[in-house]
Amino acid sequence: MEENNHKPKKTGQRSQKSSMVQWIVSGIIILASIYLIIKTLPGGKNSEEKVQTITGLQEGDDFDKIENGIHLRTGLIDAPGRIETIGNCTTCHSSKLIIQNRMDKEHWAATIRWMQETQNLWDLGANEEIIINYLVTNYPPKKKGRRANLEGIEWYELRQ
Amino acid sequence: MHYQNMDRRKFVSKAALSAMASAIGAEIVYGSNLLKNYIPLALQDPDPFEMFHKDKQMVLLNDKPWNMEALAHLLDDKVTPNKYMFIRNNGLIPKDIKVNDWTLTIDGESVNQKKSYRLAELKSKFKQYTYQLTLECGGNGRSEFDPPTSGNQWTIGAVSCASWTGIRVRDLLEDVGIKPDAVYLGYHSADLHLSGDPGKEPISRGVPLAKAMQDETILAFQMNGADIPLVHGYPLRLIAAGWPASVSGKWIERLSVRNIVHDGEKMEGSSYRVPCHPVMPGDSVDDKDMCIIESMPVKSLITYPRTGAKIPRGQTLNIRGHAWAGELEVTKMEYSTDFSATWKECRIEKPVNRLAWQHFSAQIDFPKQGYYEIWAKATDAQGTAQPMLVPGWNPKGYLNNAAQRIALKVE
Repeated sequence: MEENNHKPKKTGQRSQKSSMVQWIVSGIIILASIYLIIKTLPGGKNSEEKVQTITGLQEGDDFDKIENGIHLRTGLIDAPGRIETIGNCTTCHSSKLIIQNRMDKEHWAATIRWMQETQNLWDLGANEEIIINYLVTNYPPKKKGRRANLEGIEWYELRQ
Repeated sequence: MHYQNMDRRKFVSKAALSAMASAIGAEIVYGSNLLKNYIPLALQDPDPFEMFHKDKQMVLLNDKPWNMEALAHLLDDKVTPNKYMFIRNNGLIPKDIKVNDWTLTIDGESVNQKKSYRLAELKSKFKQYTYQLTLECGGNGRSEFDPPTSGNQWTIGAVSCASWTGIRVRDLLEDVGIKPDAVYLGYHSADLHLSGDPGKEPISRGVPLAKAMQDETILAFQMNGADIPLVHGYPLRLIAAGWPASVSGKWIERLSVRNIVHDGEKMEGSSYRVPCHPVMPGDSVDDKDMCIIESMPVKSLITYPRTGAKIPRGQTLNIRGHAWAGELEVTKMEYSTDFSATWKECRIEKPVNRLAWQHFSAQIDFPKQGYYEIWAKATDAQGTAQPMLVPGWNPKGYLNNAAQRIALKVE
């Protein structure tokens, strides 16, 4: 319980600073500062874990850095609807689940419906159309046929 | 220091979240969820390979929930070590497991009376058995289905055969005492739902009573002779091999002996179910026409050499790998170097025990230089073989047991 008494105080102080910054700079910088604050707080054994090994971001990068059309933190394609998709979809699951999948409009919509019916996803309201358009535009199905060629082979000399 | 044991996610305060939400322009309707559970991924990214003691060549498919698969050549060991074992999670890994307080409760409509056991009691009271058991994700191979099906896009590496030690579920159920109307055993686990809702289970599946009563269906404490790694179900895991690995529930706290087919999370709808009758690719299928997957189909993997090998002309190539067939044994193993026009037999060993994968090997000579593919085909005891093409499409992309192929150049 002592821990709980300390936490809001500490984060409260930090986020007050963040709120002031909010009026001066863009929200993107706020995200970056929250990231840095949380990252630098003492966190027991967690603080020793390597950070940033599975996203494209490097230490010190802007939290929402875009490179070659990819939003590095999430790996999502930077296109209209990305922000709504991150805000509504990555609360529960990783963006990696989105990026792996390719579906048409009907099936992206069906997947959202399944998450609403069984996985506690909320009503997306006006964002639903924005999100589905983002998904089907950037992650549409590709024809694979019954069996694809072997691809991405890394050739090497075999020594038996 | 009060901060020593704190979880970083707890530092995400309400104020910080509202700033974050306004910055990303998202609605605040889900603010209460955010408050409890949301940690932007960049804030929580530990190195999963270090955290789970996995080899760096393993492929990370998902980091919330954690899902990771092997490549074929990583599965070369006869008994899969932890570092090459795939990770499949539906929810969040439980935290702060207090093994001394861990209790297993057996309940349900078909127990004579509810009964609980401490972990130490399970270990001391019942005889322990060790088996090598094949666990394969029902969705292994999903990435090949056309049209694509949703979920983690497993290729070929969501399979393992480790050595598991534990007590027979049958011995436990006999000690509890079950009624004649028992038909199904459902599990309940300590993992957490992705939404953070404590009232929701991420997954609660199980097996028909007949499968639960098999010799090899165990409640395991150990994997490969040591405590089960946390990500694989520490301290107690149900192992019912040869079926979709999702029936082998991790972090088991409760088993329910049911007088109906267990109706837990992911037992219904399209989860771990396929059309009862074949459908055309892309068809929508009513829930009433979906059937629960039971035994996994016959399948094999060439684990040596790694795909992409170049060998000099005139050199004999040794190949080896494993084959398995759900509840059945593999009785024939073949390879082809001419795109299935002709087949030659491999040597195949008997399984170490029922439901363990079997090891095959062959020596291949190539008549001329060029690009080759080696295709592997296993046949089960009922004469059913692996198909060369992706088998029957189903809405969630389960049960792809198409022959594995590796590429080779003879120079």
